[in-house]
Order: sequence, then C-alpha cells, then structure tokens
Amino acid sequence: MAKQMMYGEAMATAIVEEMQRNADVIFYGQNMAMTERDPMLKMFGKNRVRLAPISETAEIGIAVGAAITGLRPIVELWMSEFMLVAMDQVLNEAPRLRYMSGGQVKVPLVLKAGYGFAAGWAGQHSNCLYHTIMGIPGLKVALPSTPADAKGLMASAIRDDNPVVYLHHYMLTLDTGDVPDGEYLVPFGVADIKRAGNDITIVATGWMVKKTLAAADQLAREGISAEVIDPRTLAPLDVDTIIKSVKKTGRLVLVDQAPRHSSAAAIIAGDVAEKGFEYLRAPVVLVTALDAPVPYSEPLESYLLPNEDKIAHAVRSVLAERAVANLSH
Amino acid sequence: MSNQNALGKDRLIWIYTQMARIREFEERVKRTFLEHPGAMRGHTHLADGAEASIVGALATRNATDLAMPTYRCHAQPIVLGTSPRKMMAELYGRKDGLCKGFGGSMHLADPEHHFPGTSAIVGQSIAHAAGAALTAQVKNTGQIVYCFFGDGASKQGAFFETLNMAAVWKLPIVFILENNEYQAYTHVRLEDANAQASDPLSQKAAAFSIPGITVDGTDPLQVYDAVAEAAERARAGLGPSLIESKFYRFSAHGNAITVPPVPTQFPEHEAIGVYGNKAEFRTAKERDPIPRFRAQLLRQNIVTEGELLRIEDSARAEMDDAVHFALASPHPDPEEATNYVYA
Repeated sequence: MAKQMMYGEAMATAIVEEMQRNADVIFYGQNMAMTERDPMLKMFGKNRVRLAPISETAEIGIAVGAAITGLRPIVELWMSEFMLVAMDQVLNEAPRLRYMSGGQVKVPLVLKAGYGFAAGWAGQHSNCLYHTIMGIPGLKVALPSTPADAKGLMASAIRDDNPVVYLHHYMLTLDTGDVPDGEYLVPFGVADIKRAGNDITIVATGWMVKKTLAAADQLAREGISAEVIDPRTLAPLDVDTIIKSVKKTGRLVLVDQAPRHSSAAAIIAGDVAEKGFEYLRAPVVLVTALDAPVPYSEPLESYLLPNEDKIAHAVRSVLAERAVANLSH
Repeated sequence: MSNQNALGKDRLIWIYTQMARIREFEERVKRTFLEHPGAMRGHTHLADGAEASIVGALATRNATDLAMPTYRCHAQPIVLGTSPRKMMAELYGRKDGLCKGFGGSMHLADPEHHFPGTSAIVGQSIAHAAGAALTAQVKNTGQIVYCFFGDGASKQGAFFETLNMAAVWKLPIVFILENNEYQAYTHVRLEDANAQASDPLSQKAAAFSIPGITVDGTDPLQVYDAVAEAAERARAGLGPSLIESKFYRFSAHGNAITVPPVPTQFPEHEAIGVYGNKAEFRTAKERDPIPRFRAQLLRQNIVTEGELLRIEDSARAEMDDAVHFALASPHPDPEEATNYVYA
C-alpha cells in the first residue's frame, strides 16, 4: 500500500518508524523539541529527542562519540552549510575512526541537512556541497529526489552502520508522490531509472531530477527519447547503471546544481570517460551552475542555475554531434 | 577528604605500578628512534610526567567506565588493561598491532578495554567523549567518561561547545584539562587568557556554571580526591566538572618532524630548545611524580624497597617484552589497506 505524501513528510515518517523500531536511534538538533507539545518529544521522550545549542562541532562530535559507543544518532542540521563550521567532525573524524581502529568500532550516524535552497537565500544558504563530501572514504551520501526515495533512503541511512550525510533538497519539500506504507528501504548504491529512453542518457540528482524530467517531456515532443537516471546516493555511486545506459544511448548529459568543478557531474563524467569511452558517440556535456556564488536577486539566481531549457538545449547539442559524426564517415 | 583512608595499601601499590608501567613504556617508545630507527613513522607523543595525573584520575574509575584521551594516548590504555605488546606493535605499524597497523601512535583504540578511540585533531575528541557519555546516559548504563585533553585543546571551539552542551544535558563526564604548560611548542602564558592573567585554567568552568578546580597533577592522591568528587557528581546525574591538573611534560611535544630519509628522534624539551630556559626544565624534573610518590610510599611504610624494586623490574621486563614482540611481528599485508573503510 502507498499513500500520497510530501517529500518532507516522507523523510520525517522514516525517522519516526525507525525510532519506533530501534531504541538506539536518537534525534537531536537546534530549534527542535523546544516545548512539551513537540510530537517527537511526546512519542519518544526527552532522552531520545533533544534540543541542541548552536554548536555544530559539538553536535556532530557528540554524535560520533555516541555512535562508536552504541547509539545511532540522527543530527538535524537544517542546512548543509552549517556543517562547514564542523567540517573536521564530518570529514576527518566520523569517516576515520573505524579505519584507524582497524575495524574495531563502527560509526552509525546520520547527518540530516537541507541544501540547494534556490529561493533567494543568497550566497551562504543555497549551496550544493556534496562534491566535498562524496569522495571521502568512509562516508556515504544520499540525495533523495522523490518522496518515496526520501523515506526509503532515510530508513536505509538510519540502519546503515556508517556515517551517512543525508541531503534533502529544500525545493522538493512540498512535492507530493506515492510513498509506500510501513517498512520501505531504498538500497544505497542503486541508481534509479526515473524515465526510460533510447537516444540519450541524462544523469541528475535532487531538484535537478525534476527539472530533467520536465526537459525530457519537452524533448519527447520533439521525438527525442531521453533516459533519466538518478544515482540517489553519490557514495556509494552506481556507475554501472549509468555505463549500461550509455552503452545503449551512446550519449551522456550530466545535470548538477553545483558549479562545474565542485559538482558530482564532473566526477561521474570522469568515471564514464574511463570505463565507458568505447560507448560514447559524442562528447559528454555538463549542465551545471555557473562559476559564481549564488546571488540573491531572482533573475540573477535563475541565470546562474541549470533549468529545463538549458538541459534541453544541451541534449539537442549532444544529439547534433550525430550529424557531425555521420558526415565525417 | 583523606585519601590515605580512602585508598588501602593494595590500591596505592596499584597506582605506583601503573605509573611505573607507563614510564617504562614511554621510555622504550622514545628509545626506539635511536635503537630501531625507521621502526616508527610519523608523530608520537609521550605521557612522561603525566603519570600521577592519569593514574590518580583512573584510580577512581569503576570497571566499565570509559577513558577518552587525545592523540597523546599511550598511558590510559596501559592502565585500562590493554596489552602493551599490541600497543607497541601498533606503534611499529605491525600486523599484530592493536589497530592492525591502521592507526599508529596517535590513534590507539581498544573498545574491549573501555577505550573507544582517539582523535589527533586537537580538541575534537572532547566532543567524542561527551558522545560516549550521552550513550551512557541514554542507555542508563551507569558508566561515566573520563575525558583527558591538554591546555592547548582548551582553546578550541570543540572545548567550549562541548562543555556547554555537556552541562546543559548533564552528561556523566569528567573533563580533565592536563595543563603541562605547553601547547605543542607554545607556552601556555602566550596563548591562554587565564594563564596570562595568572588565573587558574579551571576558571573556564565558570563560563558553563559547572564546578572547576585546579589540582597538583604531580600528586596522584590529590588528583584522586578531586576526580573522585567529580566522578561522584557525574554518577549522581549532576553533570560534568572541569579539573585542571597541573604537571610538566618531560619530553618534547613529539618526535622531530622530519622528511624521509632524514631520521627523527625526540628533540630537547621546548623549554630548552625553544625558550632556552634550562632552569624551568630542571625544576620540573625535580618534581618528577614517580620518585616523589615512591619516596612517599616508603616514608609512610606502605611498601618496602624490595617490593618497589620488584614492581619496577616487572614493569621493565613487561615493556622489554612488548618491544621484542613488536619487532618480531610482521607488517600487514599491503592489500589489507582497503579493509575497514565501511562497516
């Protein structure tokens, strides 16, 4: 059974269900559980649901210490940029302790943070920082693009025995979709083909999946059949599904809300260039944010970010390479 | 509180024994650079001078309480019952090392012996220790956590954030600020506002409305008394305390940072090597906690010279054996390097 649910609600549902399932799961963060009326507090009590001060280093560091001693903390960080003040804990503590101990400890924790808030939040609250995180061995990174994935990836993140950075996209919070009832786990490292197609492979994450699907609709009206793939987790990254699609289509466009050199797209392009070069019939094209911080004013912000038209244009240009290739034969 | 009454003969001898074992271990680590050059890589940090403080604190521990120090982490596991053989093998990067050669001197971990792990980024392990205390609180295990860190770490944001949060959440933890006068190479007076004003560093506790006390960290019984009170408070659910334990580190911050193939060894202590203050170092050495506690035990007829010699011989033999074990252990298989990345 499934029911219609908003993305944000789906994520919260997974937290509640996992907390009901396992008493070791705790949940804390800033500006939450402030009064006794708080529903989570009512459900799970003040031992497991807590308010934290504005202290990301301590919040995340305490989660690391709690994780290596037997709890499974979820830290509500609200915005991914707030992790930056605690980057040692995120990049150099949580993913290192297991390895440095020779496998003696595990670090099961979830850092829950929103990102990509393209709604006038300007330079410091709108970023896509997953590129900084995804390449750190020991960390996992999940980026749900649908309500169902929001629930299933959160449940998997909480059950994972490793530190997981769970990044939910602010612009998807109110999107609704079918969400399976009860236990629902989306496995990490398994990309989802959000739309099947034959002419071109488009890889996108988060909000960009929605933009890409809209572009694919537009392209379909022009007779172009695009396959849209959402990796869903960037670490582990399911390169095989992407290569398999490229083998079929011979063409690849990568869409990413981050600037080019700090995008996941650049990493995926590198993997495809190495492992799938023989299948490519045209150069890989990246549709990313322009190389600037995110501006405040709406026209500036829109200009900077990928959108449906930019994606469709990139696809057409890659397909135009076919003509060039054919002429050269 | 009278510690002589609180601690019987066996316990006092136990304290001396652990102090001797730590010193013997650390002396062998230091000598490794000369006797077995190349056996140890990277950076290592010693606890010589800290023995009274560490053992005095851990003497208040219940069997399942946790200890979480920093990268200067050889002493605590020795007290907790970790095998010095495995520790030395870890320092030598060997397969039989405590962490199978994945951590080295700065990253010892032995969860079986209530030693969950360490961080080598100054101050960050303070938060981890509070996290371990959170586990104890949530699971109601009755455990408390002994969190050790240096005067340098008390300038880190992690210190301030964690002490505030531990106080707000009333976590069962004792914060032991080891003031050994030097943050790496910098004297505490040059970087600490309290020290500059000739105030105790334990004054920082007032910022979090928790108890703060300064003790002579060269006397294990003084440390015992202060930590016992803080531990009792933590066990009673009243939250954390901050104890500034003052002693002097007898070795330099760490072995010299050299680039291979230049060999490394321990340089002169910073007091001499950096500040040219031989008198300060000499005075500190005169207050070496080990001979002082030894003399005290003899003076009070708690132990005979013969018993002490047996303890010392046994500590030497144990740590010689640890070195032999480490040297005989093979290096890890290279392809193990990708193990343990994920659970």
